Amino acid sequence: MPEERGTPAGPVHVEGEVVATKRVGAYRHLTLAAPGIPERFRAGSFVAVTVAGHVARRALWVHRVRGSSAFGPTLDVVVQVQGSGTAWLAAQPVGTRIAITGPLGRAFALPKEAVSCLLVGEGYAAAPLFPLAERLRERGCAVSLVVSAPDEAHLLSALEARRSARSVTVLTADGSVGQRGGVPDHVDELLRRSDADVVYAAGPAVVLRSAAAAAERAGAWSQVAVEVPTPCGTGLCHGCPLPVVGEDGVDRVVRACTEGPVVRGDRVRWDHL
Amino acid sequence: MSAARLGSVPGPVMVAAGCGGTGRELLPYADQSGLDGLDLVTRSITLDARSGGPGPRVVEVPGGLVNAVGLPNPGLEHFLATELPWLVRAGARVFVSVAGATMGEYADLARRLSRAPGVAGLEVNVGAPDEAGAGLFEVREPYHAASVIAAVRREFPTDRPVLAKLRPDVSRIVEGARACHEAGATAVVVGNAVPAAFADGRPAGLSGPAISPIALRCVAEVHRALPDVPTIGCGGVHDLASARAFLDAGARGVQVGTALLNDPTTVARLRAVLLPDHLTTPEETP
Ligand code: FES
Repeated sequence: MPEERGTPAGPVHVEGEVVATKRVGAYRHLTLAAPGIPERFRAGSFVAVTVAGHVARRALWVHRVRGSSAFGPTLDVVVQVQGSGTAWLAAQPVGTRIAITGPLGRAFALPKEAVSCLLVGEGYAAAPLFPLAERLRERGCAVSLVVSAPDEAHLLSALEARRSARSVTVLTADGSVGQRGGVPDHVDELLRRSDADVVYAAGPAVVLRSAAAAAERAGAWSQVAVEVPTPCGTGLCHGCPLPVVGEDGVDRVVRACTEGPVVRGDRVRWDHL
Repeated sequence: MSAARLGSVPGPVMVAAGCGGTGRELLPYADQSGLDGLDLVTRSITLDARSGGPGPRVVEVPGGLVNAVGLPNPGLEHFLATELPWLVRAGARVFVSVAGATMGEYADLARRLSRAPGVAGLEVNVGAPDEAGAGLFEVREPYHAASVIAAVRREFPTDRPVLAKLRPDVSRIVEGARACHEAGATAVVVGNAVPAAFADGRPAGLSGPAISPIALRCVAEVHRALPDVPTIGCGGVHDLASARAFLDAGARGVQVGTALLNDPTTVARLRAVLLPDHLTTPEETP
């Protein structure tokens, strides 16, 4: 993937600080001052943070970056509490210092031309689609965004995205807001309506798989941000196997944190994931 | 055979096998000298490529990680063509960790690596804790471990070190260290992951701070019983105090593994304290 001109390359390991924290539905949004990371960030890359008392690190999707603020460069992450590590993270007050490494992994590739794009995300993992939508809009792409969740509390704010997206569709499994159903139920129709050339997806494997399959049926490209457990996030441990088909057609296992998390949807061996 | 004839002992800080990625991933977290002069043990290399085991491969437990990664590696041929030259260009002192299914494979690996430019030494994994090592030559018996070391030694130049990496098996560690040293190991690395299991019973290895006291006990025992056998401590080293504990117990150096997964700058930080001279540029030298 070509480097953006003027963007410093490679991740950094820094001591960051929680500068804001708020509850949004079922999630906790943290704003972290993290010198060096926002400048290097590209949509789809992620950060790994150290959690007190834990050896493995927690990988977090970045929802938003600001190049400058009263606290210097900051990034917003979305935390869904899933265990004691994420519970610790969600509970940290403003002022907590946290070791952060990032940005990590391969980001979404941006199209060279102003094409039509469908962005499909579910739950907290939809986070990277928001900065992606902004970048695509800057390039003149027509962006259609789909945000999905089991219920309203697990929906990432679709409101913010309205600035960057031409259309926003909300799906909830329980029908509490937006259309009832999940991505697999609606993706073909949404793709047809948006007439997209590229599908970007972020969320659980079932969402990614259905988005990739719909893209293939429609003759569109797809890129998916795959979430597998990443104990280090930095490519050192080989603990994050992602089964893919290589460019050469040969089956292989790559590291989700370095060769991913974003890969072409038609390259993932979903049955082996 | 005297140890002096078998290459000098690296250290005092090394990157442990399996925790340095391909080496490239460490570069963003190195100090200003990059990987120059860094003692790095590669992930274990086998003759043929291995894709590794299924996920989850690494699971967190209190005080450490349980892993069954399955030695993913591109195979010797590809390693020699890509990863090794990159590491050599970056200035790292490369210790290639080798694993084989038969004695012949170990000998083959050692022979071909002895001719590869830039290989500083070998580390022979003679204590894989889990079935990640499935299909590997069974080396848990000190006698077998020593046979592998001897086979590797016969193929590898005597002026370069061969390290024997033993798992911290408290009841057999002295016996294992003695046998490997007598077979020609320059030093023994004491501390591999400790045999353990995932929550579902799948065999794995435990690493991290939790095993530090076990590895330390093994280093101390080897040092007491065999003061002439150089040891390198490996197990839960994550800061200066934990590194010093091994050095105080008689180890010549330490390897850092799991701590790198928590903080990728760990080796750079330890080198800055334990090896401050490597940061001095020629201009600064009085
Ligand atoms: S999480 Fe450690 S290599 Fe990917």
